[in-house]
Amino acid sequence: MASLSSTAAPHVGATPSVVLRHTALVRVCHWVNALCFLILLMSGLQIFNARPALSWGQATDFDHPFLSFSAKQDDSGDVTAGETTLFGRSFDTTGLFGASRGSDGEMEERGFPSWATLPAEQDLAMGRRWHFFFAWLLVINGLVYAVNLTAGRHLRDLLPSRADLRAIPRTVRDHALLRFPKGEEALRYNVLQKLAYLSVVVAFPILILAGLTMSPAMDSAFPWLAPLFHGRQSARTVHFVLAAYLVAFVVVHLVMVLVSGVINNMRSMITGRYRIEGDAR
Amino acid sequence: MKRGSLLSRRAVLRGVAAGGLLPLAGCSLDSRAPGVMSMLDKAESLTGAAQRALLAPRIALAPEYPPGAISSYFKPNGSIDPDDPDYVSARQTGFADWKLAVAGLVERPMSLSLADLRALPSRSQITRHDCVEGWSCIGQWRGAQLSALLDAAGLKPQARFIAFFCADTLEQTPDNTGRYYESIDLVDAFHPQTILAYEMNYAPLKVEHGAPLRLRVERQLGYKMAKYVMRIEAIDSFAALGHGRGGFWEDRGYEWYAGI
Repeated sequence: MASLSSTAAPHVGATPSVVLRHTALVRVCHWVNALCFLILLMSGLQIFNARPALSWGQATDFDHPFLSFSAKQDDSGDVTAGETTLFGRSFDTTGLFGASRGSDGEMEERGFPSWATLPAEQDLAMGRRWHFFFAWLLVINGLVYAVNLTAGRHLRDLLPSRADLRAIPRTVRDHALLRFPKGEEALRYNVLQKLAYLSVVVAFPILILAGLTMSPAMDSAFPWLAPLFHGRQSARTVHFVLAAYLVAFVVVHLVMVLVSGVINNMRSMITGRYRIEGDAR
Repeated sequence: MKRGSLLSRRAVLRGVAAGGLLPLAGCSLDSRAPGVMSMLDKAESLTGAAQRALLAPRIALAPEYPPGAISSYFKPNGSIDPDDPDYVSARQTGFADWKLAVAGLVERPMSLSLADLRALPSRSQITRHDCVEGWSCIGQWRGAQLSALLDAAGLKPQARFIAFFCADTLEQTPDNTGRYYESIDLVDAFHPQTILAYEMNYAPLKVEHGAPLRLRVERQLGYKMAKYVMRIEAIDSFAALGHGRGGFWEDRGYEWYAGI
């Protein structure tokens, strides 16, 4: 199984060359994963909206959630403002969290706004159907990727070496200056890429496990599951926080794809072909 | 994929296309289109089958908690004060003359008072109640084991489900399909923790929590646990009940198997 570093060394010289950067399997897994994540995220926010608050432990702490979205109403019952409360501090988040305009233009009470949820209108039952269907697809896709990762040599591409770890400060500086490796060096993942991708590979299984912990049947079949997360409500919180982490990853990921050669990057993840520039010196 | 596999290739592609385009196209695509719905339903069957397989090797019990874990506030949900005239009059006499009807595909139809139910083998359990909305509360429940009641009534061989008919109407509709009902299969009906609870947190069940009798199906979500149970029927199919999906919330799009 070809991988980044195991690809036959390209001829690097004055003329650019093209190498197979990503195997077909990695490419398919990447795009299936991207689709699943988008749908799981939006349907997940729909499900979250049924109770837009988070707490810790087995049972819900109704009085002191550490995060909650709520709406303020005037005397006639019309929603006027949205409020976010985080660790006891409240912020006005009208239009985004707590209250936003629905498809009819009316301000309504809802955790996340309609553009972020699937379906757009509040419909917990439909949100759950979308979520569980694509959760299955994500898990199957993830298993295929995991088998490839452990059976092939792809894992080596993601694990940072000692030299990599020593290079963290320099790599951070290079990134801040938007100075990206050229030539053959661009083929290897740098240490920040390795850590970022590795964190995603680790985050997904924990996120899925936390999701399964919210299932009363799973907690019955595996009594150790809920204590692992300190309870069902904690698992719900972990699920949410890890999803937020993955959103942050995707944002950074997309920015990096854009600034480090968008066409070359996109082509390498679609056709597999990555163009190496001639010696950059 | 081969023919007969759980998901046909076309269904998957259609679903992927629908799912992928929907958020991007500003939701111009109907997320409730029949094709999309039937595709999404496949996952429900898969989830139910997978969870049943995981629970089957032993009679897996839902986790139980010590008395100290009981929630100080247990959120009452759905109906909290039914206005059905028969229910209101029964409530006024403290359910002294109230009777639970046991009928359908049973050898011996029965009519049980609260005292009769208390005389049946009972179980006390402190369990976590998980609402589909996402919240959880821990409470103590005591009630007659449904298995004992069904053994006493004697199921006919055709019986496949147990249906629970309730006193509360959660949605006003002309055809009375807004009345609460639920159904479970025999695996859950005969599970040791499946009880008809008349006691909650060491006191008689309160009206807001389903007095005089509420079903507990601890390995599923809260909406399966019908409150204000008035009649139980053994049935071979729930197609003729309500809108035919096996329960009040099921008729409104929620899964019949509520293990997740």
